[in-house]
Amino acid sequence: MILSIQNDNSGETKREEIIKSSGVKISSCFQCQKCSNGCPLAFTMDILPHQLVHSIQLGFVDQILNSDTIWVCASCETCTTRCPNDIDIAHLMDTLRQMSVKRGIKESQKQVQVFHTAFLNSIKRFGRVHEASMAVEFAYRNGGLQGVREQLNLGLEMIRKGKIKLVPHRLIGNKAVKKIFREANKGDPT
Amino acid sequence: MKVSYYPGCSLEGSAKEYGESLKAVSRVLGIELQELAGWSCCGASSAHVTNDALASELAMKNLVIANKEGRDMLVPCAACYLRLKSAEKELNSGKPAPIHIKHAADFIWDECGEKAITAKLIKSLEKLNPVCYYGCLVTRPPKITGSREPEDPKSMDNILKSLNAKVKTWSYKTDCCGGSLMLTHPELAKKLIGRLFGMAVEAGADCIVVSCPMCHSNLDTRQKELKQLNGNGYNLPIYYFTELMGLAFGNKSAAKWVNKHLTDAMTLLKRKELL
Repeated sequence: MILSIQNDNSGETKREEIIKSSGVKISSCFQCQKCSNGCPLAFTMDILPHQLVHSIQLGFVDQILNSDTIWVCASCETCTTRCPNDIDIAHLMDTLRQMSVKRGIKESQKQVQVFHTAFLNSIKRFGRVHEASMAVEFAYRNGGLQGVREQLNLGLEMIRKGKIKLVPHRLIGNKAVKKIFREANKGDPT
Repeated sequence: MKVSYYPGCSLEGSAKEYGESLKAVSRVLGIELQELAGWSCCGASSAHVTNDALASELAMKNLVIANKEGRDMLVPCAACYLRLKSAEKELNSGKPAPIHIKHAADFIWDECGEKAITAKLIKSLEKLNPVCYYGCLVTRPPKITGSREPEDPKSMDNILKSLNAKVKTWSYKTDCCGGSLMLTHPELAKKLIGRLFGMAVEAGADCIVVSCPMCHSNLDTRQKELKQLNGNGYNLPIYYFTELMGLAFGNKSAAKWVNKHLTDAMTLLKRKELL
């Protein structure tokens, strides 16, 4: 990891913002590296979990928000489970992802946000996720018609096996779910 | 016993056979599943990544219904389970919970137990050599799930051993399969499932047994692509634990369930004279 030394007060402000919105006690970390050693995706991260926590302690937040790490994390909760100091690193990742979206995500990881948007759209629309239309929406938004074509074979095989519900369930009283989206987006537009 | 049942979205589609086999097995064991009226999506992984309030409220909506119903709740999907347990923790904040939320395998083992399961055994699974794969969210994080052994869960192992299966021990029970990266980073997900398959074979397993729709989908649908990727072909059937329970209980629909899988799950059972 390369950190440029340009720490000013803005780093401190961002660190406090992270601590406040995540509720995670970052100062407890003593760099034992259990999180990174157990992380199944460490091999593909540009900043390892323990480095990520250390960077926040030091106020180097920009690099973190622009990292691959927060987007390849699979939310498997191994780090959170093993941390001897009770630091909820998996939740910290969520907070960082949300901050990163507000500032604009790195181009190479944009497909993650496209996926979550398609997924949440499906919930908003039907009250429950309709897998087939969600997968098509994701493939199309992510890769256009070519993206859809690439998923076609798998999709057709799943239809043949009866694993695809073709007509979405429309939840009676879905108004309540739509209201949840409206309320949640008031404070934090997504 | 009557319990609330929260199926979750994937049991209506890609994990249909999990839902069908769970219902069949529950009937045999005397568990009456009462589907939660008007349930909606728990928010799954997309909500907590995107917006904390959204994640909390989507799960909470279902928990409020369940609390009103007043019965313990059985949840077959690991992701739904964790979201609902998180909401439970938030809602009760230290006070005793009005209902218990349990994952399907834990519920069946804890509430029914070995005697009730073996009493229904018709077709012994002694020729099968499975490894049980629990994945991430049934046990982690233990502060939320209350799991006593988050790195070595045993409910599925115990259930299958009661049905005489030669369950293999392995150390990858709760290692992540990358299910949440399946669509966004398929190349990473394939690396993780490749590790699991390698270890399962090394442990002497002829199949993998799961209790999570995402794990199943990831392990079952991506095996072919894995072969194209590195030539290391695996042909490991991935069964839901409820499918094997149903089979052992002599349920005639077992073939129909496992025939829905994309990786051939019929041949092994025929070879072992179970179908």
